[in-house]
Amino acid sequence: MQTHQYDVVIVGAGGAGMRAALESSTRVRTAVISKLYPTRSHTGAAQGGMCAALANVEEDNWEWHTFDTVKGGDYLVDQDAAEVMAKEAIDAVLDLEKMGLPFNRTPEGRIDQRRFGGHTRNHGEAAVRRSCYAADRTGHMILQTLYQQCVKNEVEFFNEFYVLDLLVDHDLAASSVPEGEEVHVSGVVAYELATGEIHVFQAKSVVLATGGAGKIYKTTSNAHTLTGDGMALAYRRGIPLEDMEFFQFHPTGLAGLGILLSEAARGEGGILRNAEGERFMERYAPTIKDLAPRDIVARSMANEVREGRGAGPNKDYVLLDLTHLEPAHIDAKLPDITEFARTYLGIEPYTEPVPVYPTAHYAMGGIPTNIEGEVLRNSTDVIRGLYAAGEVACVSVHGSNRLGTNSLLDINVFGKRAGRTAAAYAATASFVELPEDPAAVVTAELEGIRTRPDGERVADIRRALQETMDANAQVFRTEESLRTALDDIRALRKRYTAVSVQDKSRTFNTDLLEAVELGFLLDIAETVVVGALNRKESRGGHFREDFPDRDDAGYMRHTMAYRRPAGLDGASAEGGDAEGTFAHTEPFDGYQVVLGSKPVIMTRYQPMERKY
Amino acid sequence: MTATAEAPAPEVGAVPSFEVTLKIRRFLPSDDAIPTFGEPFEAEPRWDEFRVTVHGTDRVLDALHKIKWEHDGSLTFRRSCAHGICGSDAMRINGRNRLACKTLLKDLDPSKPIVVEPIKGLPVVKDLVVDMEPFFASYREIMPFLITTGTEPTKERLQSPQQRERFDDTTKCILCAACTSSCPVFWTDGQYFGPAAIVNAHRFIFDSRDEGGAQRLEILNDKEGVWRCRTTFNCTEACPRGIEVTKAIQEVKRAMITRAF
Repeated sequence: MQTHQYDVVIVGAGGAGMRAALESSTRVRTAVISKLYPTRSHTGAAQGGMCAALANVEEDNWEWHTFDTVKGGDYLVDQDAAEVMAKEAIDAVLDLEKMGLPFNRTPEGRIDQRRFGGHTRNHGEAAVRRSCYAADRTGHMILQTLYQQCVKNEVEFFNEFYVLDLLVDHDLAASSVPEGEEVHVSGVVAYELATGEIHVFQAKSVVLATGGAGKIYKTTSNAHTLTGDGMALAYRRGIPLEDMEFFQFHPTGLAGLGILLSEAARGEGGILRNAEGERFMERYAPTIKDLAPRDIVARSMANEVREGRGAGPNKDYVLLDLTHLEPAHIDAKLPDITEFARTYLGIEPYTEPVPVYPTAHYAMGGIPTNIEGEVLRNSTDVIRGLYAAGEVACVSVHGSNRLGTNSLLDINVFGKRAGRTAAAYAATASFVELPEDPAAVVTAELEGIRTRPDGERVADIRRALQETMDANAQVFRTEESLRTALDDIRALRKRYTAVSVQDKSRTFNTDLLEAVELGFLLDIAETVVVGALNRKESRGGHFREDFPDRDDAGYMRHTMAYRRPAGLDGASAEGGDAEGTFAHTEPFDGYQVVLGSKPVIMTRYQPMERKY
Repeated sequence: MTATAEAPAPEVGAVPSFEVTLKIRRFLPSDDAIPTFGEPFEAEPRWDEFRVTVHGTDRVLDALHKIKWEHDGSLTFRRSCAHGICGSDAMRINGRNRLACKTLLKDLDPSKPIVVEPIKGLPVVKDLVVDMEPFFASYREIMPFLITTGTEPTKERLQSPQQRERFDDTTKCILCAACTSSCPVFWTDGQYFGPAAIVNAHRFIFDSRDEGGAQRLEILNDKEGVWRCRTTFNCTEACPRGIEVTKAIQEVKRAMITRAF
C-alpha cells in the first residue's frame, strides 16, 4: 500500500475534473485520479454544442437562457444555480476559445451559434441560435482542449487508478449525525489497475467528478465505464443522492444500438417522422416542434411507436430525416453522426432516413451541492472539503430534464467553481487524520470477490439489471413496472453477494473492476427506482402513466435518498420532511433507502404549465 | 406493461447471426504474484481461439465482450465509449490497426479466424493492453496547446471560417495510437515522435491564433522528428478518424523548409 498527500485530489478527468484541475493546480498541490486516460472520458462523446448567450448571430441574453433552463427542467431547477450557469456561460465559452478550442466561425470570424432543443428567444417565442459548437464534436474538442491545458500546466495525473472509497471523519451511513455538526473529508482510497496495488490519498479537499451512470440501462449512449462510481461511493458513506429518479432519455439514439445522434441534427433542420412519413412533433409541440426539450420528444417518439406508427419491420423506431438537407451542409455540420449511421447501420443519411429510438443518456440527479460545488450531507449542512461537479453532482441546474448543451456548460461552470473553492479551502485548512487502516473496506471487498472460487457471473447480473431497467424504469413508468424493477434489483443484489471473477491476477484485472462497478450500478439503480416509486407525479424526464400530471403541491421538491441501517429512524433525523407526506423508507436486507426532501430554490420564475 | 418493454431490435442493415472464430494474442507477465492461487502464469505470449455467435451489427468489440463475459473473464483489453470517439480500443485486427468498436464483424471474412493482437511498438502489459505512456510522452513533447503572446482580447479571438478549416482535419485526433503503432519507423525506433504527435503539432502550427509554430518545428526538426517519416501511408490507412495523417506530416515538413504556415 502506498500513501500520498495532496492539498486537493480530483476524482475523474473528464470535463468537470480537468476544468477543476486547471483552477486548483495553479493554487495548491493537486492530483487528478482517473480510471481512464483523461482523453478517454465521455465528455469527448458530447456532440452538439455549449449554449451561451453570446448573441453573435442574433439577439439573445443570459436571462432568456436562465428561463429556458428553468422551464426545460419543469421548474424543479434551483433558479439561483441556473442563473449562475447562464451568466457564467459566456465567460466559460470565451475561456475555452482562449485556451484554443476550435469553434466553428461566422463569416465575421466570431464564434458561430446554432439552434438547440428548448433554447428560445424571449421566453419561448421561437428557437434561438445559442449553441457554440465545433462541428458535431464539441465535447471532443472541449476534452482535448482541457487536456492540452493540463499538459501545459503540468497537472499531475494518476491514470487508470480506480477510486473505491471516500474517507470522511464521521460515519454518516451508520447513524444520524446531528444537523450543524462539522463533518470533514480526509481523503480517498484508490486501486491501481496496472499493478493491483492500493493507494491511500490523504487530501484536504476532494472533488468528485466521475460522471454519470448510464450503464444501469441496456440501451444507452453512455460509455461502458459510466457506472456511477462517485455517486455510489458517496451514497455508501451516507451522503444523500438527489433527484435520482430523473434520468434523461435522448430522443435520437441509433435504433437498437443506443449510439447518440446529436440534437444538432434537428438544430440543423433534421425532422422526425413516423412510419407514415408524418412530422409527428407538430402534434406534440406546435411551436418549436422537433426542437422541443428531450423529455417531450423522447416521450412523443415512444408514444408513436406504442400507437403503432413506428417504422421498420417491427414498427419499433421512428425516422430522423436529413434527406432534404444539402450533403455539403451535412458534411460541414454533422460529419461524425452521419458517419455513425453509415458505419453501424449501413444507412446513407444523404438519401435515407435514419432509424432512431430514445437512449438512456444523462442523470439529472446526483450528489447534492450548492452553487460553490460544496457537497451537502442533508438539506443544509455541507461536508467540509468535499466537492462535486458535472454529471455526478446535482446542483441542480437541470431539474427534472436537462436541456441539450447545458451539460457541457455545467462541467465548465461548476467544474471551475468547484476547483476554485476546493483550492481556497485547502489553502487554509489542515489535513484531517485518516482512519486507522483506511484501506480496510476496499481491501476486504476486492479480496472477497477476487478469491471467491466460483459464483455468480458479473455479466449475467449486469444484463438482468439493464434489462429490467429498460423494461420497467424507462420513458414510461407505472407503480407496477417500478415495483417489478425494485423486486428484480433486490433479487440481483442477493445474487451479487456471491459474485466471483475468473481473472485472479493482479495485473490489469478488469474482470475484478467490472464486478466492483456492478455493485455501484445496483446501488444507483435502486435509488432511481425507489425515487421514481415515491414520486407519484409526472415531471420532466420522470413520467408516471398512473400519475400523468405534474403535482406541484405534493412534489415541487427535490428527492434526497439516504442509505441508512434498517430500523434507524432516518426520516425524522435527516430533517427531511416535517409533513411526512414525502418521506418514505424502503427497508431491505439490513439497510433502508430513506427518502427525504429539499426545497426547490425559486427566484424569478413561478411554475407555469410547460408548453412548447 | 410499458410500451418500452420490447426493446427495438437492430433490423435495419442487419444480417443474420453467424459464427466467428477469434484468434487472440494472450500475455500475462510472470511477476504477477498470486498468493492465494498458487501457480504463476507463464510469461510467454500465446494464442487462444474462441468461437462465438454474433449478430449482424456486432463489432469486434462485441465479440471480445462476449468472450470475456461468457467464456474467459481474464481476457483483457481497454474500451470505453464503444463508438469510435474515446480511442481506447485500438488493436491489430487481421494485421491492420483499427478500433475494435468501429470494425464490424460482417465486414471481415468469417470463414477464417479473425486475428486480434495488441498494437505494435509499445510494451505489452497484458493481453491486448499496451503501455501508452511512451505514446503520450511524445505527444506532450510537441507542446500540444495554444501558444499566444500579448494581452488576451476581452472577447474571442477572430478566426475566419477559412482559417478554421485549414487545420480542421487534425483536430479530429482521438490519440488512439493506431497511426503511430502502424508506422514501421516507430516499430524499430521507439524514440521517433510518431505520426500522432506530428498530427497534434500540425493542429497548432496551422491554427491562425497560435504563435508557437516555430518552436514546434524546431522540436520536430530533431533527428527523431518528421524527417524520419518514410511516407509509407500506413498511418493514413490506420486512422479510424479518417485524418490524412501522411499529408499532415508532409505539410509540417514543407513548413519546416519554407517556414510558411
